[in-house]
Amino acid sequence: MSTRAEAGPRTLFDKVFDQHVVTAREDGQCLLFIDRHLLHEGSFHAFDKLKARGARIARSDLTFGIEDHYVPTRTRDLGVIDPAIANMIRQLRDNTAAHGLRLFGLTDPAQGIVHVVGPEQGLTLPGLTIVCGDSHTATHGAFGAIAFGIGASEVAHVLMTQTLWQKKPKRMRIRVEGGLAPGVFAKDMALSIIATIGADGAAGHAIEYAGSAVRALSMEGRLTLCNLSIEAGGRCGMIAPDDTTVTYIKDRPYAPAGDDFRRGVEDWMALASDPDAAFDREVVLDAHEIAPIVTWGISPEDAAPITANAPDPDRMSDTARAAHVREALDYMGIRPGQPLTDIAVDRVFIGSCTNSRIEDLRAAAAVLAGRRARVPGLVSPGSAVVKRQAEEEGLHRIFTEAGLEWVDAGCSMCVGMNGDLVPPGERCASTTNRNFRGRQGPGSRTHLMSPAMAAAAAVTGHLTDMRPLLAGRTTGLTGEN
Amino acid sequence: MDAFKSLEAIACPLPLSGIDTDQLIPARFMKRSRADGYGDYLLHDLRFDDLGQPRPDCPLNAPRWQGARILVTRRNFGSGSSREAAVYALVDYGFACVIAPSFGDIFASNAINNGLLPATVSEEDCEALLAGLEDGDCIARVDLEACEIRAANLVIPFRIDPVWRTKLLNGWDDIDLTLSHAAAIEAFQAKDSIDRPWLVPRLRKS
Ligand code: SF4
Repeated sequence: MSTRAEAGPRTLFDKVFDQHVVTAREDGQCLLFIDRHLLHEGSFHAFDKLKARGARIARSDLTFGIEDHYVPTRTRDLGVIDPAIANMIRQLRDNTAAHGLRLFGLTDPAQGIVHVVGPEQGLTLPGLTIVCGDSHTATHGAFGAIAFGIGASEVAHVLMTQTLWQKKPKRMRIRVEGGLAPGVFAKDMALSIIATIGADGAAGHAIEYAGSAVRALSMEGRLTLCNLSIEAGGRCGMIAPDDTTVTYIKDRPYAPAGDDFRRGVEDWMALASDPDAAFDREVVLDAHEIAPIVTWGISPEDAAPITANAPDPDRMSDTARAAHVREALDYMGIRPGQPLTDIAVDRVFIGSCTNSRIEDLRAAAAVLAGRRARVPGLVSPGSAVVKRQAEEEGLHRIFTEAGLEWVDAGCSMCVGMNGDLVPPGERCASTTNRNFRGRQGPGSRTHLMSPAMAAAAAVTGHLTDMRPLLAGRTTGLTGEN
Repeated sequence: MDAFKSLEAIACPLPLSGIDTDQLIPARFMKRSRADGYGDYLLHDLRFDDLGQPRPDCPLNAPRWQGARILVTRRNFGSGSSREAAVYALVDYGFACVIAPSFGDIFASNAINNGLLPATVSEEDCEALLAGLEDGDCIARVDLEACEIRAANLVIPFRIDPVWRTKLLNGWDDIDLTLSHAAAIEAFQAKDSIDRPWLVPRLRKS
């Protein structure tokens, strides 16, 4: 199917990239065809640029709108929320209507966070190029797609031309070999990788995740892993398609059917990196050594096993690192050397495109079942579909009986654009992806962790190793006995 | 877009690493239209306290750095979200160049698309430059043709992707360039629709 741009062994990334090259310049810039373009409320800058040029959308059949960043999670009625926020949602409605785009709006039974909806609806497929004006677009790479976030100028460019100029980044393979210990999840794997290579450790690289521990992950776990590629500085993260991928895609609402599906599977299975393909960098982690992880600072690389202590900047030789650690501990209100399990939390948030899929909710519910939360918290499923399924399984009752709030789907407290905020100075155990200063609201303090760990923090009121709380319980994860 | 060849201006040191896009422009400020300007939102929570008063310890508020058009800062600048508003805030404030040891990938490409130069220097040169600006003269000269920074008696080389350099030097806009390839894009799609019959999503009848 594809014309080989280069002879010799190629990586998964090369195969997908080469197939999308419309034209290549001598300086290495390639004009890439874009197969899926996902838009959310933040796209208004790009639509303004389109308007200024009087341009139309090149491929409306490959372009989809989703209301997620600003949507309220406690009502679906725009009339009762902050008018400035409602206006952001209305702008997307107007812009998608003016160009005849399919919009997954607030009341759509398939609405949800863009990176949850794409896979769930079968819009995300292996071998595609997928872009969205959101850095966590890397999530979709779990299917073996090249998926990356773009800025507003690039969004406008894709709307008008269905293409983007890109230079091939370097290729990096991260292998995680062996089996994860019980109570250790894809989120712990991802945070361990970031703590190992740094928040800019994969800058300029396209990541391929491989190794037996990655292969063993469900699609949900793979989505979590690829989601955090951007927090390691990578432009995208990918996993080669296999039976797990194909089984997930089959019969999704927008997935190809019949002969098209069979043809697709044939193409997708040929995408895996050739055995002797070369990578510019390779990092190998031992899955057995990965423990449940939490962050203590203001960058995702400020992460450590829950059994560890906060670092002490006075004992660091690297002055720039020591300065960062001092800043971070000061902002977070943590003493140097303080045991992480000593840190009391004020609330929990379970949600976001990182950890709001059905498996995430099952893992949190496994810890919470029959227990009460000591702190308030919000559980926001990744989509209306996830919400319905969780309710069919009775998970919502576990959350509400524990004292947590069960709300509708959206980005919610991950970024606080809809008004779901962590109050100033408060500390939140969060299943999201960014612990940046003020990310969850001005003055908020965020600790990143897996859903089971966030649930455990809710139960005890402080950062907690959830393994004893999970003993003898099943998380309901696919493949678990 | 205006071409960028060289710039002589006040350079403000901001000795912090990992200034992410959530700090460059907090999410709550992103509802404004670009026409209304984003400059007053730049690094809002670092510059202003809870009551909206300027924080005296923030270099951007110091009299000697007023009118700065060059920002010097530590590694991993602009990591985080793809929000182009982070670049709008820098540009609308008046910055035309940021000097740092590393940048978030998406931030850097957004910067180029708005004529803002992300100049990558070594960690050592960055530390020397930060110290030099703190103590001495605060004017720096950035030369994009020579890829060189002169400030505080230092001459420091910087790196930038050659393609981006050409784009900035010429002030090119991608869209016009791309539209000149319209025939190639057409031909690609015609062939691709045969090669990948499964590409276009269609909702199944249930
Ligand atoms: S949940 Fe958070 S990280 Fe994910 S798309 Fe929404 S705002 Fe971005």
